[in-house]
Amino acid sequence: MDRAGKAVDTMAEAKARMEPSGTANHTVIQVQDLTKVYRFGEVEVHALRGVSLKIQRGEFLAIMGPSGSGKSTFMNILGFLDQPTQGEYLLEGMSGARLSRDELAEIRNQKIGFVFQGFNLLPRTSALENVELPMVYARTSRIQRKDRAQKALSEVGLAGREHHHPSRLSGGEQQRVAIARALVNQPSIILADEPTGNLDSKTSVEIMGIFQRLNRDLGITIIMITHEPDIAFYAKRNIHFRDGRVVDDHENSPLLAGAGGGPS
Amino acid sequence: MTRLMASFRIALRALVVNKMRSTLTMLGIIIGVGAVVAMIAVGSGAKQRIEEQIASMGSNLLMVESGSATSGGFRMGAGTTATLTVGDAKAIETEIPGVKYVAPSIRGVAQLVYGNQNWSTGVLGTSPEMIEIRGWAVSSGRPFTEQELDGAVKVCVLGKTVANNLFAGIDPVGQVVRIQKIPFTVTGVLMPKGQTTWGQDQDDIVFVPLTTAQRQLFGQAFPGMVRNIAVQAWGPDEVKQVETQIIELLRQRHRIQPNQDDDFSVRNLTEMMSSREESANVMSILLGSIASISLIVGGIGIMNIMLVSVTERTREIGIRMAVGAKSRDILFQFLIESLILSLAGGILGIGIGMIGTIILSSFTQWPILFSPQAIFLAFFFAGSVGVFFGFYPARKASLLNPIDALHYE
Repeated sequence: MDRAGKAVDTMAEAKARMEPSGTANHTVIQVQDLTKVYRFGEVEVHALRGVSLKIQRGEFLAIMGPSGSGKSTFMNILGFLDQPTQGEYLLEGMSGARLSRDELAEIRNQKIGFVFQGFNLLPRTSALENVELPMVYARTSRIQRKDRAQKALSEVGLAGREHHHPSRLSGGEQQRVAIARALVNQPSIILADEPTGNLDSKTSVEIMGIFQRLNRDLGITIIMITHEPDIAFYAKRNIHFRDGRVVDDHENSPLLAGAGGGPS
Repeated sequence: MTRLMASFRIALRALVVNKMRSTLTMLGIIIGVGAVVAMIAVGSGAKQRIEEQIASMGSNLLMVESGSATSGGFRMGAGTTATLTVGDAKAIETEIPGVKYVAPSIRGVAQLVYGNQNWSTGVLGTSPEMIEIRGWAVSSGRPFTEQELDGAVKVCVLGKTVANNLFAGIDPVGQVVRIQKIPFTVTGVLMPKGQTTWGQDQDDIVFVPLTTAQRQLFGQAFPGMVRNIAVQAWGPDEVKQVETQIIELLRQRHRIQPNQDDDFSVRNLTEMMSSREESANVMSILLGSIASISLIVGGIGIMNIMLVSVTERTREIGIRMAVGAKSRDILFQFLIESLILSLAGGILGIGIGMIGTIILSSFTQWPILFSPQAIFLAFFFAGSVGVFFGFYPARKASLLNPIDALHYE
């Protein structure tokens, strides 16, 4: 009964999305009763116990919560790296359920940009080539790849450092390369998993400045995990997770990070 | 195509970044392919040498030797007594079908003198057919003729070595040499044949007409007798049949009772050489197999390193998967890496194998032969080893879970 009701619901939602709407309030992510259960032999761990939320285009969202609260699991599901045990997740009306590994890879490539705590750049590979990576798998032509990677790097204020290897870049610069890489395929959302976790507070503010600018100027939807409250202040909306549930969800009047980093 | 090109570039980058490891991994393949190339070159060189010898000896050849003398119960070696006659040779020629040429011969050692030069060598008294049968050719002048044989004319044909030793810078044709003080006119010089497998100089020889040799040189002991009759059959299929017919004919002519041993022997030279060729073949197959084993060991080396490399680069694989690499992309990347390693190792191995073989043969004087097929085969084999042993690690990499791979430390 409940299920049928939900199906009708999502149908209506899908229809709504189909209609052209001039407003910026446009659902990018819709999550309904999402649960995730990990099984380790006999033991079951409930990482998510029914999460429902909607994220509109152009939002800048911070997800907070203690470790083990399920925020990383939630992020993995949003990033099509993992599948929910139950419930539904739609990215731009598209469900990841029943898709093959390769189809999921394609969605990640086209729709999602990842920024990680540990930067996760390829070692011994120049900044430019790191940024080109998603385009390599999108079969973009070489010339276009180089052109777009260069633009993305100057977007994050790294013009002129294209040929440096990660080992010769500071943490903040490495994270900027990672952001450029996340941007380069023009994704629907950028998922940032504790992007400032390895950075000092000054650099963290710079990175937040970049996120705010991308969000404001390019209208990119950003979903960020953090457990530092002062970082969460830079987002427009804060969500708190506890024990696999959303316990708090409120709008925020964001702190401005100023002109930190890059041309603004 | 762009997918493969992209994977190729990624793989090449990874290999260049890890130069030391790539080189060490290739070493196994280099040694394997090098060994295969060298062994095949040595094997086919030996085989070719034997084939040349068979050709130089004359094809489809049977040697009838006079039997051993028995003196007071002691049996001497073959040819110690002359039991064969010119008549036997004539009978073989006329009575046995399938015989192309028959050449009786006697042989001795004599001192040759020309001017102030002298040289001691083997003198073969025979018929003009002998030159044909043994695959000789005359490089200058002419062989002696049937008429000269009939007339027991004192003419001779010199082997290249003899000609070189007696006539320095002079054309020997038409000159007179003394063989055991008897003057002989040189009618021709033979084309050089080089050494036999056992290192004997085949060009150190003088041919004279059989009749002349019998009357003037060595005939006194056994008048009318010959030591050896060379018989050439028309084709390889007739050799065996001709051999049994010769034995039958000669036993009959020599009046040998069924319970008595032959007083002659027939040797099938082609068969002898074929068996040598056979053993050379077996040898090169054996050497090739041993070398192939080292190639397989090299392949296992590639698999090892690729497995280590996959584990080491788990995080990299995770990053690639997160940004959209499909299983195939990762599979191709690692497969191409091992393929590049093995093919580059193959090319280097071929080069090193060839250089090594050339050096080896310059020290040992072994004949060598590089056949393009063998080299291509070694290269192809190296590639297959790369794909075969690279597949498991590549597949392992392609099946990694992106989340686990991303958080791998």
